[in-house]
Amino acid sequence: MAVSQNWLLRPFQERSTQIFLGVLFAALVVVTFLHLFMPQDSALHVSAYTVTLLGKYLCYALLAVAVDLVWGYLGILSLGHGAFFALGGYAMGMYLMRQIGDRGTYGDPILPDFMVFLNWGELPWYWLGFDMAWFAFIMVLLAPGILALVFGFLAFRSRVTGVYLSIITQALTFALMLAFFRNEMGFGGNNGLTDFRDILGFNLRTDATRLGLFIATGIALAIGYVICRAIVASKLGRVSIACRDAEARTRFLGYRVERVQLFVFVVSAMLAGVAGALYVPQVGIINPSEFSPLFSIEIVVWVALGGRATLYGAVIGAILVNYAKTVFTGVMPDAWLFMLGGLFVLVTVFLPKGIAGLLKKRQKQPQTQEATA
Amino acid sequence: MSMLEQLTHRDRVFDFLAPVASPVDVRHGPILYMEGVNVSFDGFKAINNLNLTVDDGELRCIIGPNGAGKTTMMDIITGKTRPDTGSVWFGSRHNLLTKSEPDIASLGIGRKFQKPTVFEALTVFENLELAMAADKRILPTLTAIMKPEYRDRINEVLETIGLQQLRDRLAGILSHGQKQWLEIGMLLMQKPRLLLVDEPVAGMTEQEMERTAELLTSLAGKQSVVVVEHDMGFVRSIARHVTVLHQGSVLAEGTMDQVSNDPEVIKVYLGEEA
Repeated sequence: MAVSQNWLLRPFQERSTQIFLGVLFAALVVVTFLHLFMPQDSALHVSAYTVTLLGKYLCYALLAVAVDLVWGYLGILSLGHGAFFALGGYAMGMYLMRQIGDRGTYGDPILPDFMVFLNWGELPWYWLGFDMAWFAFIMVLLAPGILALVFGFLAFRSRVTGVYLSIITQALTFALMLAFFRNEMGFGGNNGLTDFRDILGFNLRTDATRLGLFIATGIALAIGYVICRAIVASKLGRVSIACRDAEARTRFLGYRVERVQLFVFVVSAMLAGVAGALYVPQVGIINPSEFSPLFSIEIVVWVALGGRATLYGAVIGAILVNYAKTVFTGVMPDAWLFMLGGLFVLVTVFLPKGIAGLLKKRQKQPQTQEATA
Repeated sequence: MSMLEQLTHRDRVFDFLAPVASPVDVRHGPILYMEGVNVSFDGFKAINNLNLTVDDGELRCIIGPNGAGKTTMMDIITGKTRPDTGSVWFGSRHNLLTKSEPDIASLGIGRKFQKPTVFEALTVFENLELAMAADKRILPTLTAIMKPEYRDRINEVLETIGLQQLRDRLAGILSHGQKQWLEIGMLLMQKPRLLLVDEPVAGMTEQEMERTAELLTSLAGKQSVVVVEHDMGFVRSIARHVTVLHQGSVLAEGTMDQVSNDPEVIKVYLGEEA
């Protein structure tokens, strides 16, 4: 088979990517159709509430793909990816706050409500520029990217790996959570940012905007997936696996392991940031609880359940677990955490390769035949 | 600080500006030069005033009892361990003590580990691909393409190490001896000037050993090879020049016959086996 020369086009030749993109786009089209053209009282009608809920799942799926890139392929178990997700979310939230303008409770044309409430005279310098969409969208990438760059540079240069790195990432997100809880930080304290009105001129409370956000999230997931797949399918992806399995050996082959780790980590953080930015307008709020260590651990559970180092496994895991969460927290709110823990234990014991491992096993037979033919 | 000091020497090219991959200068003979090297771990002297030179194109065997410092010596040459004192030069231009592991690898020093270390989740072919001498920075690696000449080169090495049949199998399924060969193949892909080979025949059958001996002797001349080995029969079959290490320093040096007749050597090492 002719392999494409262009690293970004390579994923499209892989069967798993074709299937993934096909399923994703089919889902987007079906949901859109059922939402728009089925009568309200039909059993097949998808409500705006469900569309937004699905959009939220897709955000989580993109976040899970980002975590799988660093955990599955690079062997870095990040227990702090929620921090990058939340930073992207806050960047988007700041843009949405500035869009409110004088429609807030206090009617101040520039200051968000919480600043008026705190008697702040003017906008802090780091809020400047967030009234412009392009600036905010760049910050969605840059804020998590720069944090990952600085954190990763220090950690990987000192060759911190394994459990120790996981603990530091956990501490990172915990520290950020404490910081963002403080009112003086200027991010709305424990209430966070909310009461959003519109995005790019579209009213956030209309069904059409919600559908648009859902579709945008689906496209972002597709792009993020393709970027990750392209990295994984490139020689750099194989070097990542080499770093994961035998770091010292990779170094003696002449690769700068810490730079490989840094590059992949930063790409992953930026994808997590994008996921956060799409999450915030759909759920309508961003507050410091997104930084909570528990959330970051949950992400890892999604990936483990779905299956590590497959990318699509992360998507399956994120969607299934969150769907189960929606259902069971509705039925028995107290039992959910026990169920999640039980599920995690069961999968680790009986399905060490996750749900994706089941799919792979079924595929294996024809694949080996192909290889020998 | 040393970077600032350099600024005061106007006649010099700054180290950080000099191209890393400048050619290895062997006009003066040795390709590897170690002098007065000392390393201690928590008070234990692993390397004790070690002096060693290896000439360009030479095949050198290093033997010595356990704990003689053989592996530590390789760690020093490849930049994994920094000595407390002493100097280590690659040719007469590159001071290895100032360089990182990847830099040393790209200068042309390849290393085979004592325990065969291959990337088990990758195929045999991919293992060799990663080892191939190429631009190993991030973006060139990301956009790297498999050119026909690379493929030819990998196939050539596959043939040398006799693993053509297994090229698309995962390296994890290889037998111990095959892993050893794959790792030697990875060394060859790097096109190193100096090969450091730690116990290449451990776990190999008699036949495999013979082929390894053949391969290593055929490399010498074009490349310099340093072999650390326990198996005396194997050393005898390939060695022209043998160095005996004991307690972190050189005990004796010479041909296999000279060394094995040295009373000191017999006492510390060969005597145990006889």
